[in-house]
Amino acid sequence: MNIHEYQAKDIFKGFGVPVPDGKVATTPAEAEAIATAYGVPVMVKAQVHVGGRGKAGGVKFCKTPADAKEKATAILGMQIKGLTVEKVLVTVAADIGSEAYVGIIVDRKRKKPVFMVSAAGGIDIEQVAAETPEKILYLPVDTRYGLRSYEAMRMGFFLYSDVKLAKQAARIMQQLYQAFMASGCSLAEINPLVATPTGECIAVDGKMVIDDNELDRRPEIEALRDVSSEAPSEVDARNNNLTFIKLDGNVGCVVNGAGLAMATMDLVKYYGGDPANFLDIGGSSNPEKVVNALRIITADPNVKCILFNIFGGITRTDDVANGIVTATRANPLKVPIVIRLTGTNEEIAMKILTDNGFSASADMDEAVIKAVKLAQGGQAA
Amino acid sequence: MSIFINKDTKLVVQGITGRDGSFHTRQMMEYGTNVVAGVTPGKGGQKFEDKVPVFNTVYDAVAATGANTSVIYVPPMGAADAIMEAVDAGCAMVVCITEGVPVLDMTKVYPFVKERGARLLGANCPGIISPGESKVGIIPGRICMPGNVGVVSRSGTLTYEVVYQLTRAGLGQTTCVGIGGDPINGTNFIDCLEAFEKDPKTKAVAMMGEIGGTDEQEAADFVKHHMKKPVVGFIAGQTAPPGRRMGHAGAIISGSAGTAAEKIEAFKAAGIGVAVRPMDFVELIKAKLN
Repeated sequence: MNIHEYQAKDIFKGFGVPVPDGKVATTPAEAEAIATAYGVPVMVKAQVHVGGRGKAGGVKFCKTPADAKEKATAILGMQIKGLTVEKVLVTVAADIGSEAYVGIIVDRKRKKPVFMVSAAGGIDIEQVAAETPEKILYLPVDTRYGLRSYEAMRMGFFLYSDVKLAKQAARIMQQLYQAFMASGCSLAEINPLVATPTGECIAVDGKMVIDDNELDRRPEIEALRDVSSEAPSEVDARNNNLTFIKLDGNVGCVVNGAGLAMATMDLVKYYGGDPANFLDIGGSSNPEKVVNALRIITADPNVKCILFNIFGGITRTDDVANGIVTATRANPLKVPIVIRLTGTNEEIAMKILTDNGFSASADMDEAVIKAVKLAQGGQAA
Repeated sequence: MSIFINKDTKLVVQGITGRDGSFHTRQMMEYGTNVVAGVTPGKGGQKFEDKVPVFNTVYDAVAATGANTSVIYVPPMGAADAIMEAVDAGCAMVVCITEGVPVLDMTKVYPFVKERGARLLGANCPGIISPGESKVGIIPGRICMPGNVGVVSRSGTLTYEVVYQLTRAGLGQTTCVGIGGDPINGTNFIDCLEAFEKDPKTKAVAMMGEIGGTDEQEAADFVKHHMKKPVVGFIAGQTAPPGRRMGHAGAIISGSAGTAAEKIEAFKAAGIGVAVRPMDFVELIKAKLN
């Protein structure tokens, strides 16, 4: 789960990381009031879950409160990579001496959270990694022992030769690590970590990505979820324990398991079609899940054919068949449906389907070819 | 022959009285797996299906039955503890089926398991089956048949799909392993490839990967330098749109975006046969076996 910059900075602040004063605004008038209260100059920053906000014009420097109001007017409602800006963070503009990068990410290869720090901070850190990797220090942390003082100091001195700055940075590393662990993060980033001309270290931008698997035990983090920044169909799917990603094609796919769902989409493309979505109904099945999946998929007007591809292991195919029958009885389908079912209780499932006027095959390629043809307005073979 | 589990596997089921645990224990017993014990704290002394003794702790189960392998069906927040308990009690092989285990829990579990010399499969995996010998986990037994193809996959149902197609074409399997799709898992592609290379019965390997990370590229490198047996690979997600990235750090740490195209290139460079569709495994493997 992504959280906004202002939320990440609130968490940082709770662990002692110095961040510039600021507050979130949803109207230009609020932005002006915040700028007046904290004092100018300020930055007005779009709060959306995508990178590249600055390049898209979503981050502006403002010299006066009136300027902040004007910039907030422009940014609020702006579209950045398809997402509408609903909130801006108005924050005191820091005096910038130098900019460093600090990030922690769980690394699959080292199987640990790894700190990455570089004195060459700012927006082009990826370029730094590609072109001058020696400018980045990678420091894996054994979570059983936590971040040791000497490790934090090593990073501090890697960033700053000035002892006072190095010690401040080391303290920030410890605080960031605490915030990372306590919030169940898969990523936490300060970019840039600014050193001011007067020798203070301050986190000017912050980012956190939370491991979805942590949310059950961290209700306070789950409460930070901003559903207005996600596609409504994706929110609906998540609330019903389905994984759904909307795409642009016209073959609506309902599959169990992420790998098979991706392979099904690949096969739709292979046979000349275009998938309308990724939808994984997950492991243990119940008919209700199928009803919800069909409701979400048929809400997309682009969908011209629905393709079920179910390989029953933990999922019982008779549950899926019952779900299809229940859902279509309540809301008759306006588009054709192609069903491929095999695995656990397949004989029962086939009987349920044929008794209710559906046909199904056990072969994946056959079903995909048929669905692609139907979506293109052709007749089923 | 087979890898990791065989007819000498003596299995303890953690979470045997739960909904998933009891269902799949029955399935494993029907398949012929030697299920010697179950564990549910507080239910020690009971018998599962009038046959399998239930214990309060894995220690008790191992002491009383000599169990050497554990399979875990406990809720996600208890999974890390369950893995550590099994390893501490002396199980050399631990298979964790549980989905939804926090990755930070796994950063503690992984070194714990390694330091004790045990093998963990998963979490969030379908388990492992050596057809005709033993099944640990949830892979449907009737889609498999004994033979000489080794199967290793990051996915669950996609594994079933490929195994089903192999079996229909008369290509049986030595062992099918689902390593799971979590960012930190106990056993990776290379562990399985290495074991298949050493297993005299295995003549060819089918490997199913997915987009994301660099595990498949590293596996390809291993195949190129350390394997003589033929390998055929597939990558799911060839047409998946680029996801929302994990900030800057995701790209920096792996040095790659983990796209299907990159992985397929790595396969080709290592001499791995590339299955474009799951059904292509059949012809490619047949050709390699001849």
